[in-house]
Amino acid sequence: MSTSTNVRLAGLHARYQFVETVRVPIAVIGTTLFPTLSLLFFIVPQSFAQDPAAATAATAQLAVFAVMSVSLFNYGVGVAEERALPWDGYTRTLPAGPSPRLVGRLLNGLAFVILGLVPLVLLAWLLTAATLPPSRLALTAAALLAAGFPLFAIGIGIGYSMSTKAALAVAQSLLLPLAFGGGLFLPPETFPGWLNSISMWLPTRAGRDLVVTATTGVDLPGPTVFVLGGWTLLAGSLAVWAYRRDEGRRFR
Amino acid sequence: MEILARTVQATRCYGPVIALDGVSLDVPAGQLLGLLGPNGAGKTTLLQLLPGLRRPTSGTVELFGGYPRDAARRRRLGCTPQETGLPPTLRVHEVVEFVAGHFADPVPTPELLEQFGLTGLERRQSGGLSGGQKRRLTVAVAFVGRPDLVLLDEPTTGLDVEARHALWDAVRRYHQGGGTVVLTSHYLEEVEALAERVVVIDQGRVRADGTLADVRSLVPARRVRLRAPDLPELAGVERSNRDGDRHELWTADSDALVRQLVTMGIPFRDLEVATASLEEAFLALTAPGTQTVALIDGELAR
Repeated sequence: MSTSTNVRLAGLHARYQFVETVRVPIAVIGTTLFPTLSLLFFIVPQSFAQDPAAATAATAQLAVFAVMSVSLFNYGVGVAEERALPWDGYTRTLPAGPSPRLVGRLLNGLAFVILGLVPLVLLAWLLTAATLPPSRLALTAAALLAAGFPLFAIGIGIGYSMSTKAALAVAQSLLLPLAFGGGLFLPPETFPGWLNSISMWLPTRAGRDLVVTATTGVDLPGPTVFVLGGWTLLAGSLAVWAYRRDEGRRFR
Repeated sequence: MEILARTVQATRCYGPVIALDGVSLDVPAGQLLGLLGPNGAGKTTLLQLLPGLRRPTSGTVELFGGYPRDAARRRRLGCTPQETGLPPTLRVHEVVEFVAGHFADPVPTPELLEQFGLTGLERRQSGGLSGGQKRRLTVAVAFVGRPDLVLLDEPTTGLDVEARHALWDAVRRYHQGGGTVVLTSHYLEEVEALAERVVVIDQGRVRADGTLADVRSLVPARRVRLRAPDLPELAGVERSNRDGDRHELWTADSDALVRQLVTMGIPFRDLEVATASLEEAFLALTAPGTQTVALIDGELAR
């Protein structure tokens, strides 16, 4: 298959996956509105919402949270659900290799991340002192991608290795510890020392620090790049292993 | 003649279970092939090997002269999804357009929907269709890419008589236009109505492979049923079955048999004479304990 065909097919798969998900409004609201609601309830009423640096950092944290919930639910639970449907098997009889399906899924998740970020950023801009100079926009987007990759890989790993029920349970039980522990809800500055030292090893914390640095320009803590790199490698291997194992199981 | 799909000594095991046991099958261009077998015989496994959904444990599978897992080999192939598998939130036209997007020259959606009696349902979500409508949609998408080979797994299960005949017409039209079809069915009537070639599979092996007439000729042409006390030895009876006072006799010449019964003064009643159908050949071939491979390409074989 030529590259242009693959690109066209990836677009096709992304489009229909998107339509399929969007028609279940509660699924969309759950993953895209939750970060915005958290901003409204937990950040806006606080006094630090009027401090530019703190408000920007808080918004950045919630942006990472948006990426994580899409990764765990859209990828993790979504993939597990789809694998259980015969439609997934049917698409394998169509003349498309595995890459259009995977790339389509990636794009689909990206679309939901954007859907989650737009109201979040808009409200942060309107209701808090958070600022993002245009010069930092590209850097922030890149940081979000880098922060999102290990989370996305964890989602894919869950989706391809578990049943729907198990994936849902695992996604839910990972969501809160990773969010709180990674400082996505409460800023890590408020953590006691022991929690902070655990937090430093979490992918969400490393991702959060990276995005906060990209938006506000504070110094990046020393280990962040290594922790994020390590998780990227680890979760990436998990995702590849789960995907191959699934291929081998269902399509031997 | 071009061979569109082929298995050579294909064996497929699921753990200790042998679903398919050394099956060799050629599907030449232009043929309408009916695949028959009881549940669990290996039909579905065979139909999953051809598009590459499963790999054979041993042996080889070829599709359009290549490896079915190579996406390019599937450009001329049409398959049916299971009706339970349609994405429930997609609308009918979206399901068709999604599949169509994979092919270079798809049938325009309105034309396809009309062919399969789905006009007017374009905007319905597939989850809201009736069982019969879903079934028709799954069959329709197999034809959207103008394929040269179509694999139909139980295409008319759950359809009413009218819809079934409409679907048969669509399959026949496609075949008359040069298309090749491999079809499995629970309904022997369906295979009798459509197929030129019949392959009977049981316990993972090919039991018979020949024209419809060949396979039908595996049992004597007529079946005579009657009720009577003991029957004497009758000439021309090739097989018989008895259950109390009910007798079932198979013979090549039912007229001669009935004449014998009358002239011998046998007190029979409830006489019934029927043409032995494919169903009877099928039952004879797949009866427990039947081990002979009956017919390969019209030749009796062991």
